[in-house]
Amino acid sequence: MITLDLRGEVCPFTFVKTKVKLEELKPGELLEVILDHEPAVRDVPRSVEAEGHEVLSVEKISDKEWRIVIRKR
Amino acid sequence: MLTDEQIKRYARQIIMPEIGVKGQLKLLESSVLVVGAGGLGSPAIQYLAGAGVGRIGIVDGDEVDISNLQRQTIHAGNLGMNKAESAKTFVEKLNPDVKVDVYPFNLTPENAREIIRKYDVVLDCTDNFVARFLINDACVIEEVSFVHAAVLRFEGELMTIVPKESACYRCVFKHAPPPGTVPTCQEAGVVGATVGVLGTLQAIEAIKLLLGIGEPLVNRMLHVDLLTMDFTELKLRKDPECPVCSGRVKEIIPEKYVESCQL
Ligand SMILES: [Zn+2]
Repeated sequence: MITLDLRGEVCPFTFVKTKVKLEELKPGELLEVILDHEPAVRDVPRSVEAEGHEVLSVEKISDKEWRIVIRKR
Repeated sequence: MLTDEQIKRYARQIIMPEIGVKGQLKLLESSVLVVGAGGLGSPAIQYLAGAGVGRIGIVDGDEVDISNLQRQTIHAGNLGMNKAESAKTFVEKLNPDVKVDVYPFNLTPENAREIIRKYDVVLDCTDNFVARFLINDACVIEEVSFVHAAVLRFEGELMTIVPKESACYRCVFKHAPPPGTVPTCQEAGVVGATVGVLGTLQAIEAIKLLLGIGEPLVNRMLHVDLLTMDFTELKLRKDPECPVCSGRVKEIIPEKYVESCQL
């Protein structure tokens, strides 16, 4: 699985960088995104789903960090 | 591949499903020729450069005059400079991703085809009928899509021409009107914001054509009256007798009508 470390990034760059990375992947491949910008934890999955990708999980991994797993459409 | 800086610069475009990374890369590889860096050309150049159109050609033989600045805002601080050169300095400050080709002279029947064929899309940002017919004929013969716009007082018109597929400017207007029948903008005047609207619409049409998205304004003419805010659309049809579209004419048809109008 490919990991995208977006700690330190804020909206809209959290989604933009996720989108850029997804465009590099092949359909079906998984992408793990690590975030520390709380609004993005809601917004990134929503925006990614709007583009047709599948959000497999969203989990809190520490006090201020989250992990999202996406399957490219 | 986009650099980190480009991802930030174009974030608002990459976000959109119609553009994305693919569309952005396409814009960066595209080219647009803007004929006239005046009232229509200024906003068009500004937004094309901002969007990251990789190469912009600018044709203008005039110099920046103080009477231009009311609407040609990209020339701020460049009084006396050639307008194509002046526009280049603006683009360089705004976006270093854009390469600018400067043509510091007017388009003529002799040079038009050779210049136009180097670009993906052409914007007709000129202010007179001779130039409009010249751009039309050269673009149709070279099969380069172009976007026409014209402004008078608070009104404007816009039309996109995709050679072979759509009605061309000559299908609609045939020939330049005889002198004296149409007021020149020196007689009529214009508000800067009006040319700003039309030039901005030209930039959006160019972006749509380059990306192959949406519905370009082909076989249609948009007429806007900004005093009443009426936007009306006329349906246009290709004229089977049009000498240019029919392919009968392989060379530019010279228009004898001479004007002296600086929009
Ligand atoms: Zn025609």
